[in-house]
Amino acid sequence: MIPASFDYIRAGSAAEALALLTEHGEDAKILAGGHSLLPLMKLRLASPSVLIDVARIRELSYIRDGGDHVAVGALTRHCDVQHSALLQADVPLLAHVAGLVGDPQVRHRGTIGGSIVHGDPASDLPGAVLALGATLVISGPGGTREVPAQDFFHGFLETAVGPDELLTEIRLPKMGGAGWSFKKFNLRAQDWAIVGVAAVGAQAGGGIALVNMAATPVRASAVEQAVAAGASASDAASSASAGLDPPTDLNASAAFRRHLASVLVRRALQEVEARARL
Amino acid sequence: MRVRITVNDHLEDHDVEPRQLLVYFLRETVGLTGTNVGCDTSSCGACTVLVDGESVKSCTVLAAQADGSAITTIEGLAGTNGTLHHVQEAFREHHGLQCGYCTPGMVMAAVSLIAENPRLDEASVREGLEGNLCRCTGYHNIVQAVLAASAAASR
Repeated sequence: MIPASFDYIRAGSAAEALALLTEHGEDAKILAGGHSLLPLMKLRLASPSVLIDVARIRELSYIRDGGDHVAVGALTRHCDVQHSALLQADVPLLAHVAGLVGDPQVRHRGTIGGSIVHGDPASDLPGAVLALGATLVISGPGGTREVPAQDFFHGFLETAVGPDELLTEIRLPKMGGAGWSFKKFNLRAQDWAIVGVAAVGAQAGGGIALVNMAATPVRASAVEQAVAAGASASDAASSASAGLDPPTDLNASAAFRRHLASVLVRRALQEVEARARL
Repeated sequence: MRVRITVNDHLEDHDVEPRQLLVYFLRETVGLTGTNVGCDTSSCGACTVLVDGESVKSCTVLAAQADGSAITTIEGLAGTNGTLHHVQEAFREHHGLQCGYCTPGMVMAAVSLIAENPRLDEASVREGLEGNLCRCTGYHNIVQAVLAASAAASR
């Protein structure tokens, strides 16, 4: 499978990438690791006329201690997130989830920003940043703005990042020893989750996010409220799909997804409890 | 566009279409057909090569993205005198193949896995090769071969 023809431009800096986006408009797409975009282009589901390769912009690849949070540059690769001692210590959920993306070859190329901006509701990282209450830093022609993860995912493969904007940084609140869990159900090791759950304990905000239960990753608000009110894991998990209309596809019916969500949320809540450090 | 890519220690300098995938650059432009195209959807790992020492699926990388990089393919592993790389030797010794189609990708993925993980056990080898499918289901001997190569590398 061969993508449709396009012009390829390599950006040397974030400023240059933004200028190129302004110049080429909606016909241009940003290319980072390419592990979400190139498969779509090979299937001709996407055929941008210009690719702006940002993968070599070193200023956007970093993992820094920001005091109460860890700041991760959007072009940091999954393998670097997975193996970061800082993230393993302070945001262990994120390091763990990065290690579940695809396979080692994919993690050598794919970037955290690329995965989040792609906004696939079946991807693991968008769910993780939602549960963690991350802040997404977006640069555009008018400057920089910060968007809470809760407001970032707008629709299927649609995010708050506009056509002339670039996600530059992901800020993850330190978890402070809170328990956490990530559970996903899939048929083969490298598959997308049929349903997934990311959960963190109360000290880290108590966020619980569901993967592949809607057109975007979503917070399981009913479960969060039940847990905050002191419900047991089983009782809280029974409302896992409250208010949601999960998709039916060749892997699972909506009813099976609802069942998986309640089972996985229960297991996740139990693991959050077991992992909590005093 | 012009790309300059070092392939198995040899500089390749070619005009390519921006949409050319690395695997077709290697197979058709450079003429090294040891790297196979399997699923063509970054699932099976048959097209795995090393880019600057790390395993990647060359069906999901543009040649343009690899401009300036150093690539190692299965053809670049053995010594110039034909001496097999220790991972290749282990695959031969433990019969880590059946039909052989996945083998170049398996070997390249294993080279990268061993380089990144000095201590591998069976579980970590199986997990480390999750991106490579053997449709003959010949995983048992492949895992034995990688464990043996890993032990040889740490000696």
